[in-house]
Amino acid sequence: MKLKIIALLLVVGMALTACTTEEQQTTEQPTDTLTLMTHDSFWGGVTDDTFAAFTADTGISVKVLPAGDAGAMVNQAILTKASPVADVLFGIDDTFLSRALEAGIFLPYRSGLLDRVPDSLEMDERVTPIDFGDVCLNYDRAAMSDADAPKDLSDLTDARFAGQLVVENPATSSPGLAFLLATIARYGEDGWQPYWQSLVANGVKVSPDWDTAYYADFTRWGGEQSLVVSYASSPAAEVIYSETPIDTAPTGVVVDGCYRQTEFAAVLNGTPHQNAAHKLIDFMLSKQFQESIPLTWFVFPANEDAALPPAFVENTVIPTNPLRLDPSLIEANRERWIAEWSQIVIP
Amino acid sequence: MNRRWATAALAAVPVVFLGYLFVYPVARILTISGSGGLGEILSDPRIRSAAWFTLWQAAVSTAATILVALPLTAVVSRFRFPGRSIVRAAVTVPFVLPTVVVGVAFLALGVEGGPAAIIAAHVFYNLAIVVRTVGSVWSRIDPGPLESARTLGASRLRAFREVTLPLLRPSLTAAASLVFLFSFTSFGVVLILGGLHYRTIEVEIYQQAVTFLDLPAAGALALAQLVAVALVLFLYSRSQERRAIRFKLVAESAALRRPVGTRQWAIVWSVVAVTLGAQLLPLGVLVTRSLRAGGAGWRYLTDPGASALRPIDAVTNTLLFAAVAGSIALIIGMLSATVVARGTGRISRWFDITLMLPLGTSAVTIGFGFLVALDRPIDLRGTLILVPLAHALVAVPFVVRATLPTLRTIRADLRDAAAVLGASPARVWREVELPIVARAAAVGAGFAAAISIGEFGATAFIVRPGTITVPTLIFRLLGRPGAVTYTAAMALAVVLMVVTAGVVLAVDHVRSDALGDF
Repeated sequence: MKLKIIALLLVVGMALTACTTEEQQTTEQPTDTLTLMTHDSFWGGVTDDTFAAFTADTGISVKVLPAGDAGAMVNQAILTKASPVADVLFGIDDTFLSRALEAGIFLPYRSGLLDRVPDSLEMDERVTPIDFGDVCLNYDRAAMSDADAPKDLSDLTDARFAGQLVVENPATSSPGLAFLLATIARYGEDGWQPYWQSLVANGVKVSPDWDTAYYADFTRWGGEQSLVVSYASSPAAEVIYSETPIDTAPTGVVVDGCYRQTEFAAVLNGTPHQNAAHKLIDFMLSKQFQESIPLTWFVFPANEDAALPPAFVENTVIPTNPLRLDPSLIEANRERWIAEWSQIVIP
Repeated sequence: MNRRWATAALAAVPVVFLGYLFVYPVARILTISGSGGLGEILSDPRIRSAAWFTLWQAAVSTAATILVALPLTAVVSRFRFPGRSIVRAAVTVPFVLPTVVVGVAFLALGVEGGPAAIIAAHVFYNLAIVVRTVGSVWSRIDPGPLESARTLGASRLRAFREVTLPLLRPSLTAAASLVFLFSFTSFGVVLILGGLHYRTIEVEIYQQAVTFLDLPAAGALALAQLVAVALVLFLYSRSQERRAIRFKLVAESAALRRPVGTRQWAIVWSVVAVTLGAQLLPLGVLVTRSLRAGGAGWRYLTDPGASALRPIDAVTNTLLFAAVAGSIALIIGMLSATVVARGTGRISRWFDITLMLPLGTSAVTIGFGFLVALDRPIDLRGTLILVPLAHALVAVPFVVRATLPTLRTIRADLRDAAAVLGASPARVWREVELPIVARAAAVGAGFAAAISIGEFGATAFIVRPGTITVPTLIFRLLGRPGAVTYTAAMALAVVLMVVTAGVVLAVDHVRSDALGDF
């Protein structure tokens, strides 16, 4: 009897869905709320103040919808293509860009403020660069002096750093994937596998995610590895959140071999509030919002007019020549690269 | 006939709840993803080894949890001693801690990643399930027959095996089924403590669905997981029915004894000290880490100037969600358990199995299912109410498993007698079943609240800045490396521990106050 009820519910549900799936709303409807879908890391920094100025200017409040890590977010946006959960998506990076563009989930928009963004950050008319960050090796200054620290990726296979490096698993971690891509960009399709074999021979440790790598394995936090794959901005965070004011960061950045991640915002296809969505993207590119980016999310503003806070100027570097790969190349090879990497590192 | 209709009416609410929030979303996501290449996936050696590992680690974790938990369960169920209620509440604390925090604590203790670490973490997390679920029956078994057996010359062991154990078996297997499902779908613990080589099907599903967006592969795995869980539940449910023994529970006050003599006191305190001590070890790491950097983390948490970081709000929101989710789970769970306990036969069995399935289904399957299914009739996705609903979905099995063993002890003649005397079905439930089951229900409600307190991000949910919870605030702090933020995150984990113990203690207390401990 209950089974029948469940079956009936199912049938009714499916029928309802079938009837309404195809209709898509495209005309503008006035709204007082926009929903912004984003990854957990961005959402983690959102406070009452984040969009207060936007709400004051436009009368539109912003609901922030966290959707897991960047990959999970993109996949959820693709899954809900027929019936979007949000109006704007923020936080997609080069790694997952192709997948989203192919799925056709974004509408084109060109903000007037894009003139203030370096051309090198722009990728496609459908996505607006908001910030960028670099995944870089960090070293513990208590364990090695700046002079002793590795100078570039090739140093990591040196016996001096045997057993000193911890990286994140590219299958489960965004900085882990970025580091793998950095090695592929540096050593090419033919050279990255031998490079990783040498890293394995030199005792590289692999952690599932950034938290475990940084807080359990890194010597700074009581672990055994003095080199960790983290961000160019991590030393600045160490200074800002130090228990006593300090002048120099306890950790340093290896400037060579960093991988550049640009984060984009985009209007989701199917939103009934396109004009409002455009306003939100403009706001996220405004000097005011852009200047709040470094100290909230520890990445760099895309708008060149935004001034950097002193702690950033003093304790981080923006790598002049970061490594990058073409998004379509990443999309075509991601799964194979991760599988091959696993073969080498996790035999 | 009358009773059948009454039972069907009771079943209506849970059926709609489960149909709309579980069966429909899961069916929908599985339809969309298809399960193309099921055969190919199941013959992939990597997947096969993950499937095998999932199964054996869940079985070993379950056995180990029961073995470790039994002595403590016996002590808190047989003896009245100072601090007993605190001990019963304290075991629940690990249950709510984020796996990131616990994983790092285990690693900090020098635990080497691998199967042993994974199993140890599962025991650490799930101990409370056995202590509290089994304890709710054990503490109310009439000590008379046991004492008679002893007087008649049965050894302690024999008396336990032949008198107590048969009565405990339903609640033991109920607890075992919950521990098994939790370990079976373990994700964070396996990822952090698996040392790369060990993966569960849950981890594979996540990777296929999220990293690769290979929905057919993820769908095939999710289907295999669902079938495996249903099969285990089917076997479990059959064993339950055959073994149900109707007997009379007594009030806890009549069953508990004060320990007599130094030997018994020594047993009580050493069991409590050893078991809780082992549990406190990883928790101790969190406390000491929270005190690093000269207590800067605690100062940061209590500093009103620290921007927009409002731990008090986070605690309030956490408690609010827990209260709502706990209430929903309690109502749905109690209705369901009553229906299952009264019914026999196939329909009731499959209803019971379906109730348990959400616990054995991967979070990705449910989360993605919500996204593709809950946009109509009204769009629930991204609304605040979905948070407690999703928590309740996972919590209902706890209420059902905690209460069912007790409900099954109720003899039908008690209900019939009441009905013959003219009581309506509602009144029979209120005056016969509810009082007997109240304690077990409180145990279930405590778990439901704990699940809600500890839950973080399994489902996409809306968070306006004002609705941050404690686990999400911990996550937020960990995202920014620094001595202050790190110690503040650890301090907040300690707050979470205290809040949880407080909530469980309060739930236990309300129950005994309101219903006079019967």
